[in-house]
Amino acid sequence: MLRVDVEKQLGDFSLSASFSSEGRVIGLFGASGAGKSSLVNMIAGLLRPDRGTIAIDGETVDDTAAGIHVPTYRRRIGYVFQDARLFPHLSVAQNLDYGRRMNGLAPDPAQHKRIIDLLDIGALQDRRPGKLSGGERQRVALGRALLSKPRLLLLDEPLGALDEGRKLEILPYLVRLRDEANVPMVYVSHDVAELRQLATQIVMLKQGRVTSLGGVKVLT
Amino acid sequence: MFEISPAEWTAILLSLRVAVIATLVATPFGIALAWLLARRDFWGKSVLDAVVHLPLVLPPVVTGYLLLLSFGRRGLVGGFLADYLGIVFAFRWTGAALACGVMAFPLLVRPMRLSIEAIDRRLEQAAETLGAAPWKVFFTVTLPLALPGVLAGMVLGFAKAIGEFGATITFVSNIPGETQTISSAIYSLIQTPDGDAAAGRLVIVSIALAIGALIAAEWFARRATQRLHGN
Repeated sequence: MLRVDVEKQLGDFSLSASFSSEGRVIGLFGASGAGKSSLVNMIAGLLRPDRGTIAIDGETVDDTAAGIHVPTYRRRIGYVFQDARLFPHLSVAQNLDYGRRMNGLAPDPAQHKRIIDLLDIGALQDRRPGKLSGGERQRVALGRALLSKPRLLLLDEPLGALDEGRKLEILPYLVRLRDEANVPMVYVSHDVAELRQLATQIVMLKQGRVTSLGGVKVLT
Repeated sequence: MFEISPAEWTAILLSLRVAVIATLVATPFGIALAWLLARRDFWGKSVLDAVVHLPLVLPPVVTGYLLLLSFGRRGLVGGFLADYLGIVFAFRWTGAALACGVMAFPLLVRPMRLSIEAIDRRLEQAAETLGAAPWKVFFTVTLPLALPGVLAGMVLGFAKAIGEFGATITFVSNIPGETQTISSAIYSLIQTPDGDAAAGRLVIVSIALAIGALIAAEWFARRATQRLHGN
């Protein structure tokens, strides 16, 4: 599903990571500053590796030796950021529809309804992002990413900006997503409990290196 | 007492036409330049920035003279445009529009640039992850979010264009009905005996236009903040 073998120098920090996974939810675990976000940004194509290869779903999207770098907008990924990043000038419904329009996909009312029900965001459709709570915003961001029909969903600490209560409110949605949405995910977190609940496989990062790889057992 | 004569109307309407055309033509260039200055780093950027601001600091008569040299009938650009495209600027209202556009350009670009700089680039990244190619990102995220600033720049540019005097009169002279704008009409009237009342009326008209433009620009700026906060 996902194959990563990259090196990247960012100032004093050097990132060198190699792993491959067929897991449904790859948990990318590490302390802040371990290089998790940089790694995810490379998978998304927002950051270019200095050396190495990345393949999503069998397609090579980065290969520095062969000069391949597929731009972000052609990678067919979904990305949920810690800070949601909903478009402030669009309503929730327009935010949700954005990916479909940009990719020129035909409307898919069945999928649309399924995801909106799954995330419980039907009642928010006419609102503006500025009028949503943090948890609602994150659910809409999830829906927006999913509705662009990605082949891989990247989640970079999607609960990081929420307080404990809100986290508990969103977690069940993520579990449902994992079990029902049928999209492989890379889930970045420094929270062991979160990853225990969600991940099917763990990639542990420490100071820019992969230190262990395996089932959720490695988290202990 | 406040009755505007046909000659004054001619000047007012000509000013409006010149300023509207100058603003509309300058706007796409202004947006492109604002985006370049806000978002790109390239060789000679500070030089370009300085050149754009030059009309703001140069004596207008110098700008007008430079326009005459380059866009006049025997100027390098003007000669080419006249011979091959049939576009003549010298002593025509189109020349007035060109002079006003050049003079207004720095004021037009500035709010556009500031509003593009204020946009969170991470929103553009988010758009890209959703499958939007760079030009689509520009038209669906960058431009709509910068729109209030774009409109504010247009209003300020328009206000500057409608009052422009020095460069215009130098470049295209002061021909009633062709290049005599409100400003040059006022200039002529105050040199004419008994011209005071007519000059006074035009002064009031130009003050009203300027204040209206400032209010509009302020309103657009307030809209911009609302838009960026998603309310």
